[in-house]
Amino acid sequence: MDPSAVREITILPGRNRNGEPERFEAITIRPGDTISIVGPTGSGKSALINDIEVFARNDTATGRTVLVNGEYPPEEFVRDPAYKPVALITQNTRCLADLTVEEFLAMHVRSRKIEDESIVGRTIDLANEFTGEKIRSCARMTALSGGQTRSLLVADAVLVAAAPVLLLDEVENAGIFKERVIEVLRAGGKAVIFVTHDPLVSLLSARRIVMRDGAVERVIEPDGREIAALREALRLDGILHRMREQIRAGDLITGPVGA
Amino acid sequence: MRLAVVAGPPSAGKTAVVRQTIRSLRDRHRIAYLKIDVVRAFEDEEIAAEFGIPARKVCSGDLCPDHAGVMVMRDAIAWAGEEGADLLLVESAGLCLRCSPYTTQALGIVVLSAVSGTNTPLKMAAMLALADIAVVTRIDLVSQAEKEVFRERIREVNPDLDIVETNAVQGTGMRYLLRAIEDCPPITDPGTIVLRGAPPLGVCTVCIGKTEIGWQHHFGVVRRLEDADYLFRGD
Repeated sequence: MDPSAVREITILPGRNRNGEPERFEAITIRPGDTISIVGPTGSGKSALINDIEVFARNDTATGRTVLVNGEYPPEEFVRDPAYKPVALITQNTRCLADLTVEEFLAMHVRSRKIEDESIVGRTIDLANEFTGEKIRSCARMTALSGGQTRSLLVADAVLVAAAPVLLLDEVENAGIFKERVIEVLRAGGKAVIFVTHDPLVSLLSARRIVMRDGAVERVIEPDGREIAALREALRLDGILHRMREQIRAGDLITGPVGA
Repeated sequence: MRLAVVAGPPSAGKTAVVRQTIRSLRDRHRIAYLKIDVVRAFEDEEIAAEFGIPARKVCSGDLCPDHAGVMVMRDAIAWAGEEGADLLLVESAGLCLRCSPYTTQALGIVVLSAVSGTNTPLKMAAMLALADIAVVTRIDLVSQAEKEVFRERIREVNPDLDIVETNAVQGTGMRYLLRAIEDCPPITDPGTIVLRGAPPLGVCTVCIGKTEIGWQHHFGVVRRLEDADYLFRGD
């Protein structure tokens, strides 16, 4: 089965930390969806995306089951990265590969048997759209900053891994241009699931899964009702973004900040 | 009885893999566990206390621990048989990356950590080359591209190796290892079990306590620095 034939991924309920069943029937993820997973630290957000990533079959701590097109996915979907329809970008912003950026990407491209040689350069270019600190092809992976690593791994997931579903664990922590990331992923028809504490990322998502005690507490579809809040979050984020750049540049911020 | 030999570098997560295996299989199998280590080991006591299964250890002292493992393996199979076990898990000390303590009539499991660096699979090539299945632990700490690059390095050493990616503490992905263990044919005749390859297990002069440096002070396999890139390749 071709990974592009993924029409939907369905999450079936498991149990919370006290062993009580979760109170949702099923959560369905389709191409183009944007979903954020929110909740306090330790509420089970990462466990939920890990269940999706490994296609849980009532064999993880949560007892959830994850189906593809309504069925248990074939084994190669779970085990062979070339068929796996899901790519997870972890919270860990240190890449441990002892290679240069170019070698790392070339090795990934080779493992995927992709013959288009321009893909390494295009991946680096896309990554540079996500970060303000330019990534050079000769830089070592281990020497990249958190933001650079994240940007590169997201760009790789889009172009090289080409997974239809992306799972991003706290993408905001690394200081990357989250709006641009969301824009590219949406334009590419990807389904994106964010684990996030960031109001803007949450508001930019069409659906919100609220976690508590290891379980899904609620699934919210704001359906336009949060448009005013989103507009305000974008304005505030713009202000913070400009201030961050000024502080980084060593400037003193004495003028009006809200303009 | 089935035999599974678990090897891998220190801190790769061998015992976490063993624990998850016992947790998942103990309802269907009677399991015995042997830990081989050098100076001290606690895993046998911890596992006996946690799961109530027969568990023991051997400390090799001044001997190479994989050598010790080879020496005691037949006794261990007999011991596990007396305990009524139908699955014996043997966990190596995990010191020498060159060692490959797998035998015939057994499942060879190599455990390596996803965060151990891109060149690690190349450095522990012998351990990978003769194994049946590689368990890559701490997979929750790396992103998709890193997983694939690490997997590619493993495949460079052994293209046929079955690879299982797991967060061994949570037990994700373990179902494929469990299936491989259960699908492994039982021992037919312990008397005919042999090592799959020739690891550098010679009891060397350093192993038996000579501390002088320089080939002049040693006997057995001695080579000058200039003579070879590899000091010894087996005879």
